[in-house]
Amino acid sequence: MASNDAEYSPGFWGWLNKRLPVEKFVREQLLEYYAPKNFNIWYFFGSLALVVLVMQLLSGIFLTMFYKVGETTSFDSVEYIMREVNYGWLLRYLHSVGASAFFVVIYLHMYRALMYGSYKAPRELLWLFGMFIYLALMAEAFMGYVLPWGNMSYWAAQVIINLFSTIPLVGPGLVEWIRGDYGVADATLNRFFSLHVVAIPLVLLLLVALHLVALREVGSNNPDGIEIKERRGPDGRPLDGIPFHPYYTVKDVVGIGLFLTLFAVVVFFVPTFGNLFLEEANFEPANPLSTPEPIAPAWYFTPFYAILRAVPNQRLGALLLLIAVMAFFFLPWLDRSPVRSIRYRGWWFKAFLAEFTISFGALMWLGLKPITPNYLIAARVFSVGYFAFFGLMYWYSRWDRVKPVPERVRFHE
Amino acid sequence: MNKAALVAAALLGAACPLAAVAQEPAAPAAESVAWEKWQAGNEVSNVASLQRGFRNFMNYCAGCHSMKYVRYSRVATDLKIPIPMLKADLLPDGAAPEDYIHASLKPQDGVAWFGKEPPDLSLIARSLGVDKSYRFLKTFYLDPSRPTRTNNLVLDAAAMPAVLSDLEGVKQAVFRNVDVTVDGKSTSTKQFDHFVTVVPGRMSGPEFDLFLRDTVNFLDYAGEPAQVDRRSLGVWVVLFLLVFTWLAWLLKKEYWKDVH
Repeated sequence: MASNDAEYSPGFWGWLNKRLPVEKFVREQLLEYYAPKNFNIWYFFGSLALVVLVMQLLSGIFLTMFYKVGETTSFDSVEYIMREVNYGWLLRYLHSVGASAFFVVIYLHMYRALMYGSYKAPRELLWLFGMFIYLALMAEAFMGYVLPWGNMSYWAAQVIINLFSTIPLVGPGLVEWIRGDYGVADATLNRFFSLHVVAIPLVLLLLVALHLVALREVGSNNPDGIEIKERRGPDGRPLDGIPFHPYYTVKDVVGIGLFLTLFAVVVFFVPTFGNLFLEEANFEPANPLSTPEPIAPAWYFTPFYAILRAVPNQRLGALLLLIAVMAFFFLPWLDRSPVRSIRYRGWWFKAFLAEFTISFGALMWLGLKPITPNYLIAARVFSVGYFAFFGLMYWYSRWDRVKPVPERVRFHE
Repeated sequence: MNKAALVAAALLGAACPLAAVAQEPAAPAAESVAWEKWQAGNEVSNVASLQRGFRNFMNYCAGCHSMKYVRYSRVATDLKIPIPMLKADLLPDGAAPEDYIHASLKPQDGVAWFGKEPPDLSLIARSLGVDKSYRFLKTFYLDPSRPTRTNNLVLDAAAMPAVLSDLEGVKQAVFRNVDVTVDGKSTSTKQFDHFVTVVPGRMSGPEFDLFLRDTVNFLDYAGEPAQVDRRSLGVWVVLFLLVFTWLAWLLKKEYWKDVH
């Protein structure tokens, strides 16, 4: 580094940069990092996910100062936070609405990747890190949901943990090992707290870091699905790229402002969001003798729950649930289309994406409803729709008559 | 109603010009079919209604039901009840203003007399909902087959007796037989039709409705005491964020002028 001494200004800034590459990092990652100039509204959700993550960590830290984990204390301490801690209600609602907001943002972020083929080479690993983040987030949300120790917390834990009992041979023993007791109990609550506030957040942060490093290595995709690195100007910079800072920093701040406005409307005016973000049954303390009707998991899990319930055999249902989640991991290899973006794909892909969107939404709705004969038929039909998108992609993505991809991105200011 | 409570009622009542604002109940004829659609129609920012609701709760509910998460002093502050008045008219003997609201009924007596401990009502408006709470309190009827001699449309075989019958009157429920065809088999089931008042109460229909609305309003408040503050703070937060977003958008527009 000695040869670079001249670059640094004297004084503290120079001293610091000789020891820590602050300036180098800012230059390489923000000022000289070129991002495609044609990002649309769908490209807000990555930065928004980061904002929600930070918000969850901060509100979570403060909640942990007042929350008292334990079978006899959890429920009371949440009410203590809601009533006696200064702005405790705000902390709790920020955190509970934040959990739902996280999934709204992540689902839209993933949907963006489906539309513009962002999972395709060379971004397979970026996509896989993202999917691992999604899995970690599901575990984090599920365990967090158990912590208030309301009646739905208890029964949701009961149902979800019991899914593991369907694993042949080791299932029943595994369930007992997860719970730490013969039923969902104090031991379960305590370990979920530990995992929720320490273990999984650490994993999440590591995965987010890897996701970002991988993103910076391959560069962002864009709505046209064109590699901007392949068209460079005489100065070596991508012709369709603009420096991340200041262009995308100022643009992302607009997205963050819009998001926070909507978020604040929910937090301050409809924090339970009509029973979806906080359920009525969870304002009753956990009661092993009284089952809420119907037991429904939080809305972000209901598509998978609807698939589970659509199958009469519990073991097969649990297996399909697992496949439904894991199917996303294989997208980079299932999709054999020569183009990335939906803009240049043919009607095969568009039709399958449309039916997948409808199936996912319908399953989400059905998972919240009690089972009736008609709903059961609907859940089966939409489950087939869900799996068809992944299961047939290997073929329809190849047969699709794609349109020619332009050399430069389309951009209208 | 004891004397202290009557004094409190009179004092609070004098401070409640908003009482008349409450909605009129459904017409008796419509009542017969649509009780499932009754709505509490309470307004938790109406302090006068909350004061009356708190009085009703202390007189008619707090004997058996606790609100273990609610302090008297917090209620007094939020409902603008002076502490001396709270102490004189509303606090049970031996309770301090900072205490949580605990029922005088011992849990074991509750089990012995009613078959179960009367539930804590701190969160009833959140777990059951205000409308269902309102319907529950309004649909007690005579049923000699029950130990309490009363039953309830919302909660069949309710352990709670009709404690408000002194105010509302005593009602009989008229059921009619309805044929229901399930899987080709026709069965006859009992369906509620309407109520008949057999013993009139001390209150008229509209008076009793107001009484229930105020009471349910207090339950709503107690379920989330910060909710009025939450909404008023929310207005400022959203306004700030709108201005912030507008400024951010202007900045973005300025920067992006040179992108072609």
